Amino acid sequence: MKVILYLIRKEFLQIFRDRFLGKAIFAVPVVQMLLLVPAVTFEIRHVNLCVIDRDMTPASRELTGQLEGSSFFRITRKTFSEEEARTMMHRNRCDLILQIPEGFGRNIARGIPVPVQVGVNAINASNAQLSWGYLNGVIQNYNLNRLKKGAGMPAGVQLQQVSLSNRYWYNEMLNYRHYMMPGVLGILVLAIGFILAGLNLVKEKESGTIEQINVTPVKKYQFILGKMTPFLLIGLVDLAIGLTIGIFTFGVPFQGSILLLFLSSAVFLVGVLGLALFMSTFARTQQQFMFTGFFFIIVFVLMSGIFTPLESMPLWAQKIDLVNPMAYIMRINRMIMLKGSGFHDLRNDLLALVLIATAFTTLAVWRYRKTA
Amino acid sequence: MKRFLGFVRKEFLHIFRDPLTMIIIFGIPAVQILLFGFVVSTDLKETKVAFLDLSKDEITRTLSGKICSSGFFELGADLTGYHEAEHVLRKNKIKAVIVFEKDFGRRLISDGTASVHIIADGSEPNMATLITSHISAIIADYNRELAGAGLQQVLLVQPEVRMFYNPTLKGQFMFVPGVITLIMLLICALMTSITITREKEFGTMEVLLVSPLRPAQIILGKVLPYFILSFVDVILILLLSWFVFELPVKGSLALLLAELMLYILMSLSLGILISTVAKNMQQAIFISLVGMMLPTVLLSGFIIPVESMPMPYQWVSKILPPAYFITIIKNIMIKGTGFLYVWKETLFLLVFTLAAIGLSIRNFKIRLQ
Amino acid sequence: MTSREPVITVQNLVKRFGSFVANDNLNFEVYAGEIFGFLGANGAGKTTALRILSGLSAPTSGKVMVAGVDAGRNPERIKRNIGYMCQRFSLYEDLTVTENITLYGGIYGMKRNEIRGKTAALLERLQFGAYGNTLISALPLGLRQKLAFAVAVLHQPKIVFLDEPTGGVDPITRRQFWEMIYETAAGGITVFVTTHYMDEAEYCDRVSIMSEGKIVALDTPAALKKQYGVSSVEEVFVKIARPGQQLIP
Repeated sequence: MKVILYLIRKEFLQIFRDRFLGKAIFAVPVVQMLLLVPAVTFEIRHVNLCVIDRDMTPASRELTGQLEGSSFFRITRKTFSEEEARTMMHRNRCDLILQIPEGFGRNIARGIPVPVQVGVNAINASNAQLSWGYLNGVIQNYNLNRLKKGAGMPAGVQLQQVSLSNRYWYNEMLNYRHYMMPGVLGILVLAIGFILAGLNLVKEKESGTIEQINVTPVKKYQFILGKMTPFLLIGLVDLAIGLTIGIFTFGVPFQGSILLLFLSSAVFLVGVLGLALFMSTFARTQQQFMFTGFFFIIVFVLMSGIFTPLESMPLWAQKIDLVNPMAYIMRINRMIMLKGSGFHDLRNDLLALVLIATAFTTLAVWRYRKTA
Repeated sequence: MKRFLGFVRKEFLHIFRDPLTMIIIFGIPAVQILLFGFVVSTDLKETKVAFLDLSKDEITRTLSGKICSSGFFELGADLTGYHEAEHVLRKNKIKAVIVFEKDFGRRLISDGTASVHIIADGSEPNMATLITSHISAIIADYNRELAGAGLQQVLLVQPEVRMFYNPTLKGQFMFVPGVITLIMLLICALMTSITITREKEFGTMEVLLVSPLRPAQIILGKVLPYFILSFVDVILILLLSWFVFELPVKGSLALLLAELMLYILMSLSLGILISTVAKNMQQAIFISLVGMMLPTVLLSGFIIPVESMPMPYQWVSKILPPAYFITIIKNIMIKGTGFLYVWKETLFLLVFTLAAIGLSIRNFKIRLQ
Repeated sequence: MTSREPVITVQNLVKRFGSFVANDNLNFEVYAGEIFGFLGANGAGKTTALRILSGLSAPTSGKVMVAGVDAGRNPERIKRNIGYMCQRFSLYEDLTVTENITLYGGIYGMKRNEIRGKTAALLERLQFGAYGNTLISALPLGLRQKLAFAVAVLHQPKIVFLDEPTGGVDPITRRQFWEMIYETAAGGITVFVTTHYMDEAEYCDRVSIMSEGKIVALDTPAALKKQYGVSSVEEVFVKIARPGQQLIP
């Protein structure tokens, strides 16, 4: 036990003596929170719409007026030329084109159905679906309003409508910062722990200092624990810094137990550090470790559900995610912070993290060879 | 010239002998394409929802049946009261609770209206928006059905939609340009900056500098292999996206390849520029990752749409060459437009490349003096 | 003087890396308290053998007993009884002299007071007083090597292994270093030292000469010189280790 304390002391001395590292440890959480949290938003504020109104009657103007009235659409151009509208879409100046044909007003006044053409820039498929959905909604409202005004309801047709209302719990306004903050805290802890711990061990290999340690009677588990503990503590301090910034700068609410958040992040960190130390036994140079580490971090993060829901992933990917610690901590952080979920709600995820942490740490101790 | 070719050959051998470099060059693009193509998706697929049916009549059963058989949703739980909603949402297994009001069917027939209420989990805004928009589409369908043929005649404005560029609404169309952009930057800028800095750090650069090869030849010899490899890589990604995602090149292939070469050239000069600034490998890695890769991933609009970001982020995005290049590829590959639509972006890349080369030469001369 | 009691016994030691044979059937004994020189050209297999003896590397076959412990079966138990100084300087350069000593004292399970006392004594003996709080990276090479040696024997091991301890060091420091070796041996610690400085070989009680993975000679310097009829170990070495080739300094 005492041996581990000596090893930990040595790590801290080295970390804080390094000019770059000593500062980076405190700068990284600040930069990450301020940079990542506000940047990541998938909210569609408005859609640029180009209107080709060949009718120019009060009826057509009423329709375009309703579109203009919604805060979602912004009519960037009114033209008579389809050519021009297409060019605008090519140049990314508009994402929707609405074409109202000549005779629109006359025909609907007579009760003849009129087709209007909608063109959607569908390169971003999910945005395309959403904006088309909104536009369709406005048009259907226009139809219903006309009906309500009593314009030509045929005899014998009684209008029955199911109406829909909705509420968003835990994040009433669908604020993306609330959504991102817990996830960014996960990335922060992952990046700090993984890179610092891994590079540290590879550096000892590169500079040969590990030889001198290997020839001492230090136990393998002592060595690994001596490497893990400092970075575990640093990770938790960074978590505290990030959390403070998040809450005070972005006003993200914190519903659950802070203790539970730190506890689960500590378990998560042990897993991450175990993996980093395990992987660093394979790398010969810090450069090699950086590349493989960077790659792993990208895969972990993209598959963690931070940007896109886990449920939308194919089954095989969801299976891979069973060993992705990032997927668990992302969920746990969000649940604790936004929903106030307690230990009871999280116990399965926590148990999985404990298993992952044990497995990776065991692997690291096993792979670390004092004798080649 | 012969000496130069020998040098290039040596550089090639260096790259091919290092398995790690080979993995980065060919493994990372493949995995990224796989990840973005199949894993990163926002489609709803059998998302679990719970029903709180306070009416339990014929119509609510039909409606919930329609919701569950849409393919987007799956029945996760049947609740008996509001208090249970809190519980299931907090457990995170259910993404939304759909509430049918009391006497739903009776009201619909007698009053002509009845209401459905959705409580969606707002902790995942994307998901929440998608859920409400899908359910409202299902309900709109049902409303039309309810009114029967009669209504079809009175709903006079009938929109006909056409999805341009991506008629089957594939998610992959969005990110293939981004992956190409990112990979090129990774290989050309990051890898070259590190190789050159490495030579500087280990002092092997000095050996080369005293050799009869001229400095320009040395730099050229170092970057030529990466130029060729990254070009091969692009072709690979294009083929992959064509065969796996059926995403062909709509516009002129020659134009696309020419633009790619310009972009590779730009990335290489950026890599050289970094290597003239960085004192050691660590710094080169740091500058490349933090100064180049991170802004590219975040701000080039390849995962996260730039339009929704706060203003300062949008300004930064305006000076990022990768953001321009993504527009270029999207235009040529997906929209099928010609040079007229991309000349401004091309000009920007060209100016940026020349500036990077100019600055590198200046830095290099200062160092030699 | 040396007793005839072996602290290291090596029988039929073979170490292969793939098809390359680094140690080809080595047999020798090292006696308690002696200074044992291990000579050979670069690549002759000295470091490989040294790493096996100190438990850093496992033998392919053969029996290696170090301080009564089987090195092949139980390398960790050897480590309690030995000190080791790498060919490549491997103390922490970003720690101070005192911090390095404290770390290794702690690892070997020494008490806090004991470490403090030892550190003071050590700094005194090496005339290092002023350098206690200096970062290793700021020390000149000679001082570093002396410190590395001092750390290797900090815990009073039975045997200390020195892998080319004086490489690149100036002649005066080399002399001082050998004085330290003598002191250590006089204190009852067996010294096992590899070198390719042939003048240093003259200071050893016994030397063995390795060539291409084999031990080609083993005796006292005087006996070897007599056997080959030459006046220095260097000439012995040139005659048997690398016939017709120049010695790499």
